Amino acid sequence: MATKVFMEALSPTMEEGRLVKWLKNEGDAVKSGETLAEVETDKAIMELVARGDGILRKRLINEGDTAPVGTLAGVIATADENIDALVAGAAGAPAAGASAPAQVVATTQESAGASSVPRRPEESQGEASTPPQQKVADVPPAPPSRAAAPAAPAAGAPAAQGDVRSSPLARRLASERGLDLHSVQGSGPNGRIIKRDIEAAAAAGAAAPRAAVSAAPSGPVIPREGDFHDEPLSQIRKTIARRLGESIGPIPTFYLTAEYDLTRVMEMRKAMAELGDQFKVSVNDVLLKATAVALSQHPEVNAHWLGDRIRYHNRVHLGMAVATDDGLIVPVIWDADRKRMSDISREAKELAKRARERKLRPEEFTGSTFSVSNLGMFGIDQFTAIINPPEAGILAIGTSEEKLVVVNGEPVVRNRVRVTMSCDHRIIDGAVGAKFLQTLRRLIENPLMLVY
Amino acid sequence: MPVITYRDALGAAIREEMQRDDRVFLMGEEVAVYQGAYKVSKGFLQEFGEMRVVDTPITELGFAGVGVGAAMVGLRPVIEFMTWNFALLALDQVVNAAAKMLYMSGGQFKIPIVFRGPNGAALQLSAQHSQAWESWLAHIPGLKVIAPGTPYDAKGLLKSAIRDDNPVCVLEGEMLYNTKGEVPDEEYLIPLGKADLKRQGEHCSIITHGKMVLVAMQAADQLAKEGINIDVVDLRTIRPMDVEAIGESVKKTNRAVVLEEGWEICGVGAQVVDFIQRDCFDYLDAPVIRVHQADTPMPYAKGLEKAAKPDLPKAIAAVRKVMYLD
Repeated sequence: MATKVFMEALSPTMEEGRLVKWLKNEGDAVKSGETLAEVETDKAIMELVARGDGILRKRLINEGDTAPVGTLAGVIATADENIDALVAGAAGAPAAGASAPAQVVATTQESAGASSVPRRPEESQGEASTPPQQKVADVPPAPPSRAAAPAAPAAGAPAAQGDVRSSPLARRLASERGLDLHSVQGSGPNGRIIKRDIEAAAAAGAAAPRAAVSAAPSGPVIPREGDFHDEPLSQIRKTIARRLGESIGPIPTFYLTAEYDLTRVMEMRKAMAELGDQFKVSVNDVLLKATAVALSQHPEVNAHWLGDRIRYHNRVHLGMAVATDDGLIVPVIWDADRKRMSDISREAKELAKRARERKLRPEEFTGSTFSVSNLGMFGIDQFTAIINPPEAGILAIGTSEEKLVVVNGEPVVRNRVRVTMSCDHRIIDGAVGAKFLQTLRRLIENPLMLVY
Repeated sequence: MPVITYRDALGAAIREEMQRDDRVFLMGEEVAVYQGAYKVSKGFLQEFGEMRVVDTPITELGFAGVGVGAAMVGLRPVIEFMTWNFALLALDQVVNAAAKMLYMSGGQFKIPIVFRGPNGAALQLSAQHSQAWESWLAHIPGLKVIAPGTPYDAKGLLKSAIRDDNPVCVLEGEMLYNTKGEVPDEEYLIPLGKADLKRQGEHCSIITHGKMVLVAMQAADQLAKEGINIDVVDLRTIRPMDVEAIGESVKKTNRAVVLEEGWEICGVGAQVVDFIQRDCFDYLDAPVIRVHQADTPMPYAKGLEKAAKPDLPKAIAAVRKVMYLD
């Protein structure tokens, strides 16, 4: 039987793709999983793979042409199979339902579930196509996978839950159990997520139950179990959100600037470099690690604004803004607070390199819980960065340089760096942001804390 | 416990109330000498005499009005309509006099009256005599409307209706009169406005009333063989409706089918669905589905009449649909 090759949704926000290059010619034998072509999405250059075995009989999109997601791009069939009807049909509108094989649904941090690393799309495929446990015998098989992850507003921002078809009951249960509906496969009509799907997902271990609340001296009490915790908006938070939103843009932002002393960071780097090249880390690597550790201690800052509630994340996925020739992209270091500095250093380098080559996979630039932007290499003393919604804040790092400062009444030369945190006032109040920067100061000025 | 017919349960209710309270009397076409068009008042004339069992001319508006007047001066009339289809002529008295008198007299006149008779379709009585009127009556503030589906409920509810100080419309069924059920000898009352959970199940609720209770019970029996357990909520009273009972059931099962004899548009089921969406929104796992008569005058032709009526296969199909099984 012939296999249709479609222009697939290869990024969460992709609506059309440009076929950069065919890697197979008409008449070539192809196997399922083999790369057929390179496709440029709105974010990166991705591989379009064969979904069946056979001979690539027909290529229907020319190299360099752009086609909407769902367009028939080619036909794989046996040598003698009649594919005229298929090819003739390609002239029509993009095939409905072809837009999104489950394989390329973007993996958000929530769908990564309990595993400590983001699941690769192909790993999640098996689970996605398994019909959830069914309550009553004789239930029809699960319908085809739901369309690809709905458009996310920006890199790193999970899409709103409203895009998912779900019953009111399923929404309530998901919210009670801290499940992201995007991570649940619907088995109702049109892929609607219903109660049994939530139960199946919860049973499968994707649940993030609310933890017992532990006493904390001040600030919001945020349970630390599971990947995140949704907190309905209190009246005061609602009022703050409404009033300050009226005052300044949709995200009422304020800025906190602090200057940190890097003397001990420089000493540490020097000592490590003396041990050998393989131990070298950059100032940026230290700052990333310090920020991640500080976030793990301040979940009230490691949060997302979801309109009617605030999602406090218990895992720290650090977005790092990377300038590319095409523009800004924010790859994500997952669980950055738990990674060793050497891992962060290596990963940051690798992600930046792949970002510039436009080779990032969707799961590598979605799911950040907080972001960092560093323009220090351009000699910028300090700047304000724009928040990557729905995150609560972003840290803008300036250049580190020698400055004349007064220590114990004496003028001395010290390495200093200025950081400016942009805060979404709907989530973070001034004092909350300031405490976070205090923690960050303690870590950066005493970098041994990072290995404690 | 004795097993009696729905017809005899109604008769027993009126008889007991007439024995208990000499202000209660029965009036209508053929209720006395003929012993009732459907023999509900069999033996009444002999027992209570012609002052309390009153035959009327074929004048629905007239005797309904006489009944309202009697109620205003302290009697407790039970007005029998040979069928609710004939009561259309009397609706001015029911709606404009009985329902509004307490309100418009500033509380001076209570109207303790019962209007009762068979409602809905029987078999091949054609379009004008096969209509279910509950949504018309239940629409009116000032009226109470009951639709018992079993002999037990018929007796207990009718006794409460006769003792109620407000006008109560009792919707019986020609096809129900011969149905049988257990009815205790000792006296009991069933409060108006209380639904009855006729059967318990966790997968889906059927919310219904009157004649359709039997259909719902049969559907539940049949579906139980497939492992689908149904909550059957018998409203019993259409107005005031037992919203709590509906909510309790739907919050348990998360799925509902609303089954009624009448037409779809602005029907009783529409009101039930409204309560469900308001009170149970976050508990719904599927849209609520209604089963009702086809949106057409009732056909006379046997096959067409069967096709137009809500019935067991339609009820089962609706449950399966709401369960996402088909």
